[in-house]
Amino acid sequence: MDRINSLRNGPDEHGRFGIYGGRFVAETLMPLILDLEREYRAAKQDPAYAAELKHLATHYTGRPSPLYFAERLTAHLGGAKVWFKREELNHTGSHKINNCLGQILLAKRMGKTRVIAETGAGQHGVATATVCAKFDLPCTIFMGATDVERQMPNVLRMKMLGAEVRPVTAGAGTLKDAMNEALRDWVTNVDSTYYLIGTAAGPHPYPEMVRDFQSVIGTELKEQFREAEGKLPDAVVACVGGGSNAIGTFHAFLDEPDVAIYGAEAGGHGIETENGHAASMTGGRPGVLHGNRTYLLQDGDGQILEGHSISAGLDYPGVGPEHSYLHDTKRVTYAPITDNEALDAFQLCTKMEGIIPALESAHGLAQVIKLAPTMRKDQSVVLCLSGRGDKDVESVGKYLGLLK
Amino acid sequence: MNTRIDRRFAELKAQNRPALAAYVMGGDPDLATSQAILNALPQAGADIIELGLPFSDPMADGVAIQMGAQRALKAGQTLLGVLGMVEEFRRKDDTTPIVLMGYYNPIYIFGVERFIAAAKQAGIDGLIIVDLPAEEDDELCIPALEAGLNFIRLTTPTTDDKRLPTVLANTSGFVYYVSMTGITGGAIKSRGAVGEAVQRIKAHTELPVIVGFGIKTADDAAEIGRHADGIAVGTVLVNAVATSLEDGKATDKTVGAVRDLVAELAGGLQRARS
Ligand SMILES: Cc1ncc(COP(=O)(O)O)c(C=O)c1O
Repeated sequence: MDRINSLRNGPDEHGRFGIYGGRFVAETLMPLILDLEREYRAAKQDPAYAAELKHLATHYTGRPSPLYFAERLTAHLGGAKVWFKREELNHTGSHKINNCLGQILLAKRMGKTRVIAETGAGQHGVATATVCAKFDLPCTIFMGATDVERQMPNVLRMKMLGAEVRPVTAGAGTLKDAMNEALRDWVTNVDSTYYLIGTAAGPHPYPEMVRDFQSVIGTELKEQFREAEGKLPDAVVACVGGGSNAIGTFHAFLDEPDVAIYGAEAGGHGIETENGHAASMTGGRPGVLHGNRTYLLQDGDGQILEGHSISAGLDYPGVGPEHSYLHDTKRVTYAPITDNEALDAFQLCTKMEGIIPALESAHGLAQVIKLAPTMRKDQSVVLCLSGRGDKDVESVGKYLGLLK
Repeated sequence: MNTRIDRRFAELKAQNRPALAAYVMGGDPDLATSQAILNALPQAGADIIELGLPFSDPMADGVAIQMGAQRALKAGQTLLGVLGMVEEFRRKDDTTPIVLMGYYNPIYIFGVERFIAAAKQAGIDGLIIVDLPAEEDDELCIPALEAGLNFIRLTTPTTDDKRLPTVLANTSGFVYYVSMTGITGGAIKSRGAVGEAVQRIKAHTELPVIVGFGIKTADDAAEIGRHADGIAVGTVLVNAVATSLEDGKATDKTVGAVRDLVAELAGGLQRARS
């Protein structure tokens, strides 16, 4: 595919993917994100930076993550072969570490002395607290009060790693509110503080930067699959919260027209339930929040809705801008998965493959469960298993009535 | 361009008086009380009014203004409702400038062209949109300027001399200097630094410079007013609304609480030039 018609060219110099993206931030932050962009461009040119990141990926994260053939699940679904790209085996238990290592090295280069981050499921918070421990930087993690409740194991991990966890009670106490509070902290402490955004959203250059750090998922997957099967997979699937594991999985395949791409959004109680889901592309429309233009759940007057998902990591009314673009261009099919479908997938995966997936990843798996039986047996679908479900066993146990 | 803002600053200059810009949240604590507050501001001593357009996710605002926005939204406030308040205000006051202050999304969803026409029609003079930096001028700033609305930009301690020309290029009406890196409701760290910053901005522009964020008392007003063409107060006024409420509802003290505080701040500001 020629560069001109490539879907992999974005963003443009204004940080836009089509009409999406941009730099919708307060003036206080503007000089800083311009600085960050300069620093990121410089780092990209620096072989020492790439080498350090590669070294950490190998020896700290444990990359490459395996590509695994889910044999029993394949037989059970009776269609395409099902594969998992096992990001849940990474150090800290999810894909989030890929991005955190890239950004912490930038923070160091920029001479920042403090790190802040927002977190939903707590996976990004844990990954951030982890790299901050390793690189000896104090960190503060903003987490919605609702999420603090439902992801307690991760809260404890963050604290043990030395992070300060600040519960945010505004709004519904979920990821959106945590991000607001992180932005407020950042505006207040611009000089000292690096904001380590955990998903492929926010003002330019974050969506591009986070995508680049996560693209290792798709790049490895492509090569591993070619080694295993001698071709490209027929479909790749990932769950979409802000969209970092998804864009990381998809990016290497955007210009491969024979590979179908699916993103699983959080359908919550069902897309027809007003304010009862977090499927921003299926159920929202373009607007401006948290530094970028993108699909958002909002009312007719442009006020942002809270949304709902059983999965804290997907419970966000927006999505990264590149996904909005890929949705409009129809290159990627985004489909909602309900809480119940995700719970079923969670249990099926656990019982059939001996892998407890994160509730977020279970949304992706639910999409695979719908898709595989419609495909031929000589075809393959690969799921990005973005995280492990240890953090969710208590919540799921409650839902299933295993706990009082 | 000659707007109510330009005319007001010309008057103030002639009187050698710094401007008091008073911020209130449109619709806080309820639509009727908010209208009464708005109508009372000029008499109380406000030279310029900043009318807050409530937004669900005000990323640059502290708790006080967040709560004000929540009260307004709960009371059913909308963009059209805020424009309606201005229209009502203009029946009796055709000289006090009104600047709409808020975030971009409600305007974007309303439609930029439609919004500009409606804002002009209602009698709005300028816009301060927190999350539209110079880099996004094509969105709203340029069309607003073309329609004769002032677009007032925030400059901050992080806006250095190299960046100031970019920020000031399409600014009109006045420049709003944010006295600190932080959200509304914070405290000014050094009053002296504010004076220096205003001088730095003035080296780049003929426009009046108003200082806001962190001004809480009549003494603050007197002190900061010495160094600038005006001051902006918001959080304390929104707090005055909040403390006057009973069970979240307006009382007969609500309008008076804001009016008295504005008068007190205006009194402090008068001392700035003496
Ligand atoms: C395991 C896992 N997968 C997915 C997500 C969603 O984030 P993103 O869409 O950025 O990959 C999260 C977020 O917390 C997560 O923990």
